[in-house]
Order: sequence, then structure tokens, then C-alpha cells
Amino acid sequence: MCLAIPGKIKSIDLLYDGTVRMAKVSFGGITKEASLEMLPQADVGDYVLVHVGVAISKVDEEEAQKVFEYLREAGELDELEIENCSLSSIISHTAS
Amino acid sequence: MKYLSEYRDPEMVGHFLKEIRQTVTRPWKVMEICGGQTHSLVKNGLLSLLPQEITMVHGPGCPVCVTPINLIDKAVYLALERGAILCSFGDMLRVPGSQKSLLQAKAEGGDVRIVYSPLEAVKLAKKNPEREVVFFAVGFETTAPANALAVLHAEREKLTNFAILASQVLVPPAMEAVLADEDSSIQGFLAAGHVCTIMGTSEYQPIVDRFKIPVVVTGFEPVDLLQGILMTVKQLEAGKYELENQYTRMVQPEGNPAARKVLEQVFEVIDREWRGIGTIPASGYSLRPQYARYDAQHKYAINFAEAPESEECIAGQILKGMKKPHNCPQFGKKCTPTTPLGAPMVSSEGACAAYYHFAQHEVMVEE
Repeated sequence: MCLAIPGKIKSIDLLYDGTVRMAKVSFGGITKEASLEMLPQADVGDYVLVHVGVAISKVDEEEAQKVFEYLREAGELDELEIENCSLSSIISHTAS
Repeated sequence: MKYLSEYRDPEMVGHFLKEIRQTVTRPWKVMEICGGQTHSLVKNGLLSLLPQEITMVHGPGCPVCVTPINLIDKAVYLALERGAILCSFGDMLRVPGSQKSLLQAKAEGGDVRIVYSPLEAVKLAKKNPEREVVFFAVGFETTAPANALAVLHAEREKLTNFAILASQVLVPPAMEAVLADEDSSIQGFLAAGHVCTIMGTSEYQPIVDRFKIPVVVTGFEPVDLLQGILMTVKQLEAGKYELENQYTRMVQPEGNPAARKVLEQVFEVIDREWRGIGTIPASGYSLRPQYARYDAQHKYAINFAEAPESEECIAGQILKGMKKPHNCPQFGKKCTPTTPLGAPMVSSEGACAAYYHFAQHEVMVEE
């Protein structure tokens, strides 16, 4: 019910004497119409979250990257751990 | 698809599962409030991948499930007795009313149509000036702005043949109702991401403070859900209770100001009946008096009493997270998606339907 999908604005039409903006939004190739009345700043090329024919949010692209940065850092930490482990195993091997 | 498929990446899912396992030291009960999140957790098999210390409890955030029986009866009446074009989201059609569902009304000749957007129903009204068109406006805060826009578009078009049958409910009062129940054992909440896209996050701070419980605003994809669960468990393990936002790519603290303005203009907050739960104070939206001509209940003067729920359906306990779908003796037997006893077996976001379609193995494991 609260399902909303991100898509890219392809074009914008003006309705009701220019007071309402309707966008054509592409979702991985499928294009649907969405009202931009809730997003006065949204423009062609922006990614927006669409729910039942209304765009409700612009995707914050910087924030969208954060989870990947978080995981990259965590991944680097994992690698460090692995390096430490192998280093300590080498040391223990050498010691024995 | 950009901003969707990358949040379904198995490697990232694996990373978060590992971090959750490393963080958890004892049992925790966390409720995901939104039925869309329940659907994603069950469909993607995440429940069986989580460490056994974490119990996910499924909340009442399924608008279709909590729409009162008498509103379904009214929709059926409008389609069959008043000759209206009754427009609805597809999920609503199979939900049993006291006598019949909208699908049965359609089979009996009622003009019931599935629409993707409330704005489509307004277009239908414009195209069919000789017919009455009613949109069954079911939804949480996420959907309410679209329903409000439909009313404003109808007003702009000067349509006199369009109205909405409103069943709009609000999430924070339902969370409070769940927590205030003395049998509740919920220790943390995933708040519904798209509801917060509209409303922002601040209305959850009083819940965090009053009930001393972590609330993490969370998205819907597997990576979102696991990161939300990790953030909640980290707080629980550290003895903290804070409001956090996992879904920052879609949720600003202030929500969507334009949407909130439209909601304020068109709707007022009212006490609302939740199917299976009862009346929750200040938990719904109704049209303001100046828009009463677009309120189907007012326009057609329909006033039905609430009908009793099927005695065999335990939807209320399911919606409050007190029982799991397979704890119901009728689950998968008398009650299936094609012959539902109650609404949670119908909606794709209903916990019963999600378990029926995707989690038969879990049902068997627990049995």
C-alpha cells in the first residue's frame, strides 16, 4: 500500500493554466505519469520517489551513497583483520 | 533499477547479517510497523536469516487490513445500489465485508474498477459526467496527499460527480496503542519509511521519550531493513532509546512540506475505528467541512453500523503483534487468499498473506 518506486523524470507537462506540473517518469524503461505538485523543485533528470501517481520525494543522491561508504569502510576493516590474522599466523609459524 | 536493485545486493545483505550476529547478545523483540516491510522481510527470506535472538513482530501498518467492515459494506452498497463507478486500489477488492466483497459486487454487475492512482478516478469522473464516481480512499500518511490532490483536482475541474470514501489512518497513534497495551512486549520499532517521507520524523520523538523505546525510520529493501534492524539492536544492546533515520535518501527530518500543507488544507484529524483493533483516538483523517461535498458518506447520506468480525478470525491479535499468522487454527485451512476470513489474508501487505505465499517453511519449522 505504501509501496513507492524511484524513477527518473523524462519530461514535464503543464496543466490547468500552468498551475499543475505532470511528469513522465521512467522506471527502468516503463514510463508512467506522476504529479509534481508535492515537489516544486523537481526537474527533468531528477530521480523521484513515486507513490500512486504522485511524486513524494526527490532522492537525496549523496545520502544514497552513504550505505556503500559505510560498507566500504567496514570491508576495509575486515581486510585489515584478515591481514592481521595472517600476519599473526605467520609469526606463530615462524616462532614454532 | 537505480536506487532499488543496489539495495537488494546479496553481498551487502550478508555483511549486515554478519554485523547483526556480532552485535546481538540476548533476545530482542522488534516490531516493523509497516505491512510493506513485513512483505519484504518475509518475501526475501530475511526472517530465517536473522539470528534467533531477534524476533520480528509484524505491526498493524496495513491500511487494507484495518479498514472497517462497514466502509467495505458502504463501498459495495454504492456500487450495487447507487450505480456508482466505484474506484479502488486492487488490494481492497477481495477483502470480505459483512455480506460480500467488492469483487463479489463486481461479479454481480457492480461497476467496480481498479485504479493505480486517485487522480485516475478524477479523470474517470470528468469523462463520465452522467455517472457518480467514488474513490475508495484507503491509506496511511503516504497515500493521504494523493487522496487530497484528487479532491483538489475535482474542485478545480468543478466536478459535482466525484467523491471519496475515506479510510485514512495515521501511524503514530497506532504505535502508541500497541505500546500502551499491557500485553505488549515490543522493545524496538522500525518506523515506516514512506510515511516519514511525507510527515518527517519529529512526531516519533514523544513516543521514544514516553515509552523509552528505540525508533528507527527504515526503508523497504533488504539492505534497508537489515541496516534498520542493526541500528535498533545496537541501541538495545547499549541500553539506549533514540530516534534514528536509516532511510536518509528518502526521508528529510521535516518530511515533505508541500504535502503536509495540502493535508492540512483538505483534512482534519479524527478518532478512527481500526478493523480488529477498535477505535484509536486522533488516528485518522476526514475531509474538512468545506470539502464535505466530496465526502461520499456525507454526500450519499450512508450510515451503516459496524458489523461484527468473523468469530474465527484472529486478525486483531495478528495486527497487534500478539500472534503469528500460523498460530491461527484457520490459517491455510479455512482461511486462504482465495477464501479469506479476514483482511490480513487478502492484502499483499497483510501478515497472513505474506506467510501463506512466502513462509510456509517457517511455519513448518516452528510447528
